[in-house]
Amino acid sequence: MNPLIECEDVWKIYRVGDMEVHALRGLSLTIEQGEFVAIMGSSGSGKSTLMNILGCLDQPTKGRYRLNGIEAGNLKPDQLAGIRNQQIGFVFQSFNLIPRTSALENAQLPLFYRGLSLKEQRAQAAAALGRVGLQGREHHYPTQLSGGQQQRVAIARALVTSPSLLLADEPTGNLDTQSSQEIMKILETLNRDEGITIILVTHEVDVAAFAAREIVIKDGQVLSDRVTKERPTAIPVGG
Amino acid sequence: MSAFVWLTILTALRILARNRMRAGLTMLGIVIGVAAVIAMVSIGEGAKRAVQAQIATMGTNVIVIFPGVTSASGVRGSQGSAMTLTVSDALDLKKRIPLLADTGWAKRDVMQIIYGNRNWNGPINGISPSYLTIRDWSFTSGGPFTQTDLESAARVALIGQTIVGNLFEPGEEPVGAVIRIKNVPFHVIGVLAPKGQSAQGADQDDVIFIPFSTAERKVFGTSFIGSVGAMFGSTDQVEDLPMAAEQIREVLRSRHRIQTEQEDDFTIRTQVDIGKVQEGTSETLTMMLFAIASVSLLVGGIGIMNILLVSVTERTREIGVRMAVGAKRRHIMMQFLIEAMTLSLVGGLLGIVLGVAGAKLTTLIAGWPTIISGNVILLAFSFSLVVGLFFGLYPANKAARLNPIEALRYE
Ligand SMILES: Nc1ncnc2c1ncn2[C@@H]1O[C@H](COP(=O)(O)OP(=O)(O)OP(=O)(O)O)[C@@H](O)[C@H]1O
Ligand SMILES: [Mg+2]
Repeated sequence: MNPLIECEDVWKIYRVGDMEVHALRGLSLTIEQGEFVAIMGSSGSGKSTLMNILGCLDQPTKGRYRLNGIEAGNLKPDQLAGIRNQQIGFVFQSFNLIPRTSALENAQLPLFYRGLSLKEQRAQAAAALGRVGLQGREHHYPTQLSGGQQQRVAIARALVTSPSLLLADEPTGNLDTQSSQEIMKILETLNRDEGITIILVTHEVDVAAFAAREIVIKDGQVLSDRVTKERPTAIPVGG
Repeated sequence: MSAFVWLTILTALRILARNRMRAGLTMLGIVIGVAAVIAMVSIGEGAKRAVQAQIATMGTNVIVIFPGVTSASGVRGSQGSAMTLTVSDALDLKKRIPLLADTGWAKRDVMQIIYGNRNWNGPINGISPSYLTIRDWSFTSGGPFTQTDLESAARVALIGQTIVGNLFEPGEEPVGAVIRIKNVPFHVIGVLAPKGQSAQGADQDDVIFIPFSTAERKVFGTSFIGSVGAMFGSTDQVEDLPMAAEQIREVLRSRHRIQTEQEDDFTIRTQVDIGKVQEGTSETLTMMLFAIASVSLLVGGIGIMNILLVSVTERTREIGVRMAVGAKRRHIMMQFLIEAMTLSLVGGLLGIVLGVAGAKLTTLIAGWPTIISGNVILLAFSFSLVVGLFFGLYPANKAARLNPIEALRYE
């Protein structure tokens, strides 16, 4: 089986006026199905840039990125959108829920673009909200929810499509310690029980401690890459 | 329709309801444009239909020939001011032009009419019997006079409804009564069926017909014997009217010995010409309305475009989120197009309501006839759809081309 993620000599170069910013400089990385990876590194080291490429929101300037064996560097915008919809879930630092729209409708959003019937959308979104402990809050608006609850809605939105990859860029950056722990426990459960591959960016050591592998990025390259926990021996089959 | 389209429409309606004030102002242009289209076309159609009905009261396939020159618009000096047309002209036309089914003639003057202790000043028309058939006059009681009455200059009269109303008691039978015209006693032998207003707005029922010979010898002055106020002809087919008119012109020019470079001393109008003048007026009106409607719709469209551009900017982050979870360009495009069309359609519907109400009110207050056709409503409706679609394209395209990362990062 292919590794889920294969980066080979990935470069990302931004051009700002006459200046070139090398956000990624020949970064190579392989992540297997079912891993739980924490990416750390100082500000400006290129973590978000990497996450955008891994999430098919952006494409490398140079080098190859394969997701599930698919060469993502050559795809057109709508093909990338299709991959994001089918295989990837995003959790952002600032939650990014659609304002004045209920928790249920926010969680429905990826299914909306799959063209499912309204009934199926609702049922699956309600189930996803249940999995993050938000049953009974389906019709609350973002402004009626705490930060931790909003982030849980965002996680429900990310997992409603049963993605193979969940990307979280500083998911606890805007949360207090207790909410952070709750969110991380949810992610840990998703990884352990459902085999969803999770890659998260964080500056906090106790958040990174939930992951089984820690990659440190510096100046757009991998500085260190180590396993911090033995991976569970039995990954649920078909999970 | 797919769940996607329905949900997008619902979302659009929700956003609209949330920004009612803003949406209302944006739609104003469309509302006014559509209302203008509907009101104007309804009034225009009503007027056209009314004019057509009036023209039909002239008779069927009628040609009118007046003495003297008339301007193209149909405005002319008092009838018969020039005494250039004669009875023998009319008889000769019928003899020489096979296309003419019949010719008739008339001469009129306003005179005092007395019945019992009542009197009325009405137009007295001395006519040939053929005039009645050419102009399609029918009777509610009694009947026409005959060629014999004409030859014997009989003192018989046919009276219109307005005369009946002014001289007789309600329910009184005029046929058999004796009225006095310029103190000459006349037997009423027929009451004319009503015709209403002419295309020029005159009351066609304020009329008395007597034989032409009687008029000449006993009522009007004896000067200009044989001259007529107007001549009338008719053809069997409406298509023959222009040809018949041309032949009449040639015959009259030669009879009147008019040189090639000289102008006619008469004016010929066919029923078709008269209809065209009237239609021209309502066409001008329609064009004007069209201009008003176009400007309003344009303003409305630009308003929609503007509000959508604001919306795209305000919701940049939302667009980024939608893209991140898998919205393709066409999804984003559709969302904003549907929002634009929802705005313009709601505006269009309001405009239709307003336009129909305006037309009805015009009928109620001004008494103008209006015709609201399904076609014009459909037209207005599609107009508003097209405006929404057209002016929504640019903002929708702008939204669809956003870069997802930049959109997500937008503050
Ligand atoms: N759109 C862009 N245009 C130009 N330069 C950019 C752009 N995005 C990122 N960069 C630059 O690329 C480098 C890496 O940025 P990135 O956002 O990946 O850092 P990061 O590791 O996520 O930092 P942080 O921990 O602060 O989030 C930085 O120097 C940044 O200024
Ligand atoms: Mg970052």
